[in-house]
Amino acid sequence: MATKASRSAARLMMAPAVILLLGWMLVPLIMTLWFSFRTYLPLRGGDQGWTGFDNYVRFVTSSAFWPAVLTTLTIVLSVLIITVALGVLLALLLDKPMWGQGIVRILVIAPFFVMPTVSALVWKNMFMDPVNGLFAHLWRFFGAEPVSWLSDAAMPAIIMIVSWQWLPFATLILLTAIQSLDSEQLEAAEMDGAPTLKRFYHIILPHLSRAITIVILIQTIFLLAVFAEIFVTTGGAFGTRTLSYLIFQRVLESQNIGLGSAGGVYAIILANIVAIFLMRIVGKNLDN
Amino acid sequence: MARAITPRRKLMNTGFAWAVGLLIFFPILWTILTSFKTEAQAIASPPIFLNFDWTMENYSIVMERSNYARFLWNSVIIAGGSTILGLIIAVPAAWSMAFVPSKRTKDILLWMLSTKMLPAVGVLYPIYLLFIQLGLLDSRAGLVIVMMLINLPIIVWMLYTYFREIPVEILEAARMDGATLREEVLYILTPMAIPGIASTMLLNFILAWNEAFWTLNLTAVNAAPLTAFIASYSSPEGLFFAKLSAASTMAIAPILILGWFSQKQLVRGLTFGAVK
Amino acid sequence: MGQIQLNQVTKSFGDVEVIPPLDLTIHDGEFTVFVGPSGCGKSTLLRLIAGLEDITTGHIEIDGKDATALVPAKRGLAMVFQSYALYPHMSVRKNIAFPLRMAKMPQSEIDARVENAASVLNLKDYLDRRPGQLSGGQRQRVAIGRAIVREPAAFLFDEPLSNLDAALRVGMRMEISELHKKLETTMIYVTHDQVEAMTMADKIVVLQAGVIEQVGSPLELYRSPRNTFVAGFIGSPKMNLITGPEAAKHDADTIGIRPEHIDVVESGGTWEGTVGVAEHLGSDTFFHIHNTGLGETITVRAIGDVSLKHGDTIHLTPRADEIHRFDAQGLRIA
Repeated sequence: MATKASRSAARLMMAPAVILLLGWMLVPLIMTLWFSFRTYLPLRGGDQGWTGFDNYVRFVTSSAFWPAVLTTLTIVLSVLIITVALGVLLALLLDKPMWGQGIVRILVIAPFFVMPTVSALVWKNMFMDPVNGLFAHLWRFFGAEPVSWLSDAAMPAIIMIVSWQWLPFATLILLTAIQSLDSEQLEAAEMDGAPTLKRFYHIILPHLSRAITIVILIQTIFLLAVFAEIFVTTGGAFGTRTLSYLIFQRVLESQNIGLGSAGGVYAIILANIVAIFLMRIVGKNLDN
Repeated sequence: MARAITPRRKLMNTGFAWAVGLLIFFPILWTILTSFKTEAQAIASPPIFLNFDWTMENYSIVMERSNYARFLWNSVIIAGGSTILGLIIAVPAAWSMAFVPSKRTKDILLWMLSTKMLPAVGVLYPIYLLFIQLGLLDSRAGLVIVMMLINLPIIVWMLYTYFREIPVEILEAARMDGATLREEVLYILTPMAIPGIASTMLLNFILAWNEAFWTLNLTAVNAAPLTAFIASYSSPEGLFFAKLSAASTMAIAPILILGWFSQKQLVRGLTFGAVK
Repeated sequence: MGQIQLNQVTKSFGDVEVIPPLDLTIHDGEFTVFVGPSGCGKSTLLRLIAGLEDITTGHIEIDGKDATALVPAKRGLAMVFQSYALYPHMSVRKNIAFPLRMAKMPQSEIDARVENAASVLNLKDYLDRRPGQLSGGQRQRVAIGRAIVREPAAFLFDEPLSNLDAALRVGMRMEISELHKKLETTMIYVTHDQVEAMTMADKIVVLQAGVIEQVGSPLELYRSPRNTFVAGFIGSPKMNLITGPEAAKHDADTIGIRPEHIDVVESGGTWEGTVGVAEHLGSDTFFHIHNTGLGETITVRAIGDVSLKHGDTIHLTPRADEIHRFDAQGLRIA
């Protein structure tokens, strides 16, 4: 169905979405680029003119930069490893025949629907509080000294909170992928005498590889931008300042727009590198 | 697997799966339980699991003290408004891409998705500045627009994958039967796509409801939704566990319920159709 | 009324011309079949007539009026699709009534017409079901019902039987033919199956690569194919086409002889070969014969169950007056 009339109607109907998104992408992007080349301190003299690549150099050479990169990578990698590994195991478990499968599925998915500020606060206070938190009770029960999680072990605490939020996502997608596996393939492998572990390595894992890639890419994009969990727990203290939190602080807390914008450009480039890989996979899927 | 399994094995699976499921769900369960305790019982040592005096007191205190209704209303307006606005813009666009594809359709779709990958923090100040200029800071309208723009790629994408499952021949049949473009969309496409449209709406409502970067940074008092309401408990006031729990329960309950309904469609929406 | 005329119609998709300039007239009341191998442009041609695709150049006239720029809805044609294209969310009754509703017909008139169509097509008991609850044949009938209630100038069928099993296909073929006799409305029917074309058509249009190879009644096409393509396409099993010295004997580049026009003789005969596969259908036997020295495997039809086996020697005599002759361009020599 493609007549001239329908083609021009189609263009017209696509226009609002395209124009809006184009504006949403280009206007702030160009502004960020512009600010990143200027000394701009709204509270201390405003826009003080062109500085070339100074902001870019200063952002990278500041003492906060490399720790922030390390923190970001630690969070992203740890959460990815935890969620993918546990996600595969959970998906395998949930795929098995059992009673009340639907309910278990719902229980496992639930954390994904909890808003980030709620999960951060609940974990911070009701579980990780060094006096009244549930973990403190547990530690005391076993005779140990309660840990002051969000100051003494801030990174593990944050990684745990974020992993809890993203585990359902990984599990759900991997479960869907497992369920699409042809059971005849597994039965054929069983007939060929492959033991359980071999069946997992040679059939299930390769089948899941695409889903795992997608999980990794999508989660990476979101994990690079983790914000609320840090905002309401440590506020970036105790070694939990990620790259995006550092940029946030430069922009809103120290009101150094030029410096923050240069950081923003770095973040955009980083996200785009990940996005390119994701787009490739999604694009391939579109062809068939 | 279509194979018989011994009841023993099934029982073991069931027990193990339920244990893991409850462990993952436990923080939510604990929050809900704590919301019905008194403050003293909430921090009792050792912790009380079920054996406490159930009270609704926390809920009424939270409602009175913090003007909960206004935050809730803001959340509903922002999530609902952005979803509906997004749908109005996305349905025609998805229709075009699904039924009048051109060589550029795929590129446009991927480009739309790529805008979703822009890190918010990278464009925070420009948006902040634009909002001040346009008088949109701390306004519901401003957040509706931002949420709509953030989620528009996902809405277009999800609708596109659903529309593509509708055979073109059926729309052509309607055209042969004398339906105008409007009648074709109204009587044929929309009724056939209702399940897809519904799950798209649901997922986007959830995403907008839980969004916690723009809602925290672009609101102060007037337009602040539940994400900001909860964040305000990160001050020492948050140590009142029972009230924090009541507030949290109220913030997540609607979405938990909606989320459970939409879980089947979730995978498709979250992976842009790459996993079905 | 339903006369359709195509004048110098062309269709290109981008740079690819799928239909070079084409003229065709379909007379009122005629059952016309477009037939050809897949990808020959027959469905595209139908969609051009329907208005579902724009023609690139040329004109389409329906009943003497220029319809080139008309949207499908305004052409007064009804179409039955390969996949039936029923509206899955509507009952059979609503499906059939849909075009009438779109035409803003009064409800009483709609009800009467739907009832009438349902009784013609034996759908009375299914009116309140959804398409998903019907069998393939019933769905087909609903699609036809939706077409006939409009009383269109012409019906367009796009391979309507290809999704049905063999037995049902024969039945529906008869039903559509009978419907045509009853309604006497113009019908254009697209198929890749030459048996459907031969059994149903008043007029067959044979297409290849967007070009009309021949237009004529089934028997005209059978008796005097205009070229080797039509000769090979029409008729089952296929006509034997022989080139080389044997053709030269008849002053032609290629000669054609249908399997049913070669006689099996006890001895002697013009040609001699060994039996490869023998297909025994009971009423007839088809022999595929190798080593005839003609360069091709020859197919022969023998009446009844002739008891020659694989590897036997067979003697053949083609009927001289049934030999078709073609020149170097593949065109028929009169």
